[in-house]
Amino acid sequence: MSEIEFLSWVRGPGFQIAVIIFIAGVLIRFGEILLLGRKKNLAEAKGSEMSSGLRTIITRSIPDKTTFQRSTFTLVAGYIFHIGIFVTLFLFAPHILMFKEVIGFGWPSIPTPIIDATAVVTIIALLAVLAHRMSNTVLKFLSTKEDYLVWLVTILPLITGYIAFHRIGTTAPTLLAIHILSVELLLVIFPFTKLMHSFTVALSRWYNGAISGYRGVES
Amino acid sequence: MTINKDKSRFDMTLGETLRSQGISRRSFLKFCAATASMMAMSPAMIPKIAHALESARRPSVIWLSFQECTGCTESLTRAHTATIESLIFDYISLDYHHTLMAASGHGAEDARKAAMEENFGKYLLVVDGSIPMGNPGYSTIAGISNYDMLMETAKGAAAIIAVGTCATYGGIPHANPNPTGAVSVGELIKDKPIINVPGCPPIPVVITGVLTHFLTFGTIPELDHIGRPKVFYGQSIHDRCYRRPFYDKGLFAETFDDEGARKGWCLYKLGCKGPTTYNACATTKWNNGTSFPIESGHPCLGCSEPDFWDGGGFYKALSMPTENITKTAIYTAAGAVAAGVALGAMNKSKKNSATKAHNKTTIDDLEK
Repeated sequence: MSEIEFLSWVRGPGFQIAVIIFIAGVLIRFGEILLLGRKKNLAEAKGSEMSSGLRTIITRSIPDKTTFQRSTFTLVAGYIFHIGIFVTLFLFAPHILMFKEVIGFGWPSIPTPIIDATAVVTIIALLAVLAHRMSNTVLKFLSTKEDYLVWLVTILPLITGYIAFHRIGTTAPTLLAIHILSVELLLVIFPFTKLMHSFTVALSRWYNGAISGYRGVES
Repeated sequence: MTINKDKSRFDMTLGETLRSQGISRRSFLKFCAATASMMAMSPAMIPKIAHALESARRPSVIWLSFQECTGCTESLTRAHTATIESLIFDYISLDYHHTLMAASGHGAEDARKAAMEENFGKYLLVVDGSIPMGNPGYSTIAGISNYDMLMETAKGAAAIIAVGTCATYGGIPHANPNPTGAVSVGELIKDKPIINVPGCPPIPVVITGVLTHFLTFGTIPELDHIGRPKVFYGQSIHDRCYRRPFYDKGLFAETFDDEGARKGWCLYKLGCKGPTTYNACATTKWNNGTSFPIESGHPCLGCSEPDFWDGGGFYKALSMPTENITKTAIYTAAGAVAAGVALGAMNKSKKNSATKAHNKTTIDDLEK
């Protein structure tokens, strides 16, 4: 298989397979959650579920002072890599082109050197959270194999993307193909791991708030 | 040094030929300096190149054209002015080239056989076009299949220069579904040094550069992992493109006639393959340094890369998927939702029947 054939495969059939697994997986996982069903709450509602739920989506996304002081590193590094992934994934011109091709519309990009710098910062933040996970006794004890796998598939597209952009080591078609392949790996693993939180985070926060709202307590 | 007027053109060294064509020593040395810098050699090499070229004897060259369009030959012979490069090209003893030679039929084939015998082990073999392996009858010359002619002629060659993407990587004949079973020279010949000079067509100066290297050192230049001379194919078009700053700034032409196209912005979104293509177009340019495809407003097709024809569409940006992912996504989503609903319904009925079958435990049961 030549380099260009490899690149064509990851851009074509490979991407197709990954997207099928990703979409089917995410929807089935969502179906599982939504169709679980809840027992009817026989207690009288003491407040609104909806407003408390929606408020909680926002309030739980902003750390309170005590939490921030207690887990400063986790919060700062966590926010950096989440925002970094958002910027590199959604604001880089070639990525936007890919989205435009699939979903039919695009949005403005930002200059490449900013994406480049963001990618470096994001990679450093991800390395830092791994070091923290492995050095903190409690975190290490709580970590499962899945946690490490998820970390790996998250950082791989960033590293391979950075290498492909700067053409380090080998030739450009192979580097680009490896980058796309790493994204496909992420897509395939995504629905079956805790990466699903990208979709369920709003849902679960809403639910937390809704329980409190029903009971008439502050969430 | 005076030129011996009686000396046959065939016996003259390259230096003598150039002087007989009115090339001054100064221009000749300038050419040697340019060649040295183009091929990334130290300035100390300039006198050596000059000396080697001066005293070089006409090398015999046999040029075989297989499944090709003659574009490579056109590219190499259609120089507008007589440059030293083209004179070097003229200087070689092109003993067989069925497009350019006057002889035809048996005469032409005899010329090839004679050149092979006289220069056995020393001649250069240039090949353009791919070789059909599906059926020998797909492409023949004088009744000889391309495969047989290549294998026969390659035996006595000092080195082989595969010219054009067809000879180097199969090219257009090799494109999916490859009806003739086309293969490259490198896939058939393993025991000779092969220099791949891909491009559709390749840049003329790359050919003369390789010839100069061969005449000067008697060896082939350093090659990359797919057999291309590193000096010409060492950098991607994208890295040497004069439109690169626009890529970095995020300024792209969206169509061929929008403001971005008129302002000369980056052609990435129009499908430019510059980022994955290694060639010298952006630096040596075409037509005596006039321009190259991107400069004239068209994205790079990636013609010097293997399988460029099947690379997913010339006008599709590199980051775009090549299959219809939208359709895939919609079908998958519909299927997944249907499967989810079916599973949900099954679970619900299971739950209902479990509720119905549920027996309440009484105190009596526990006391049993």
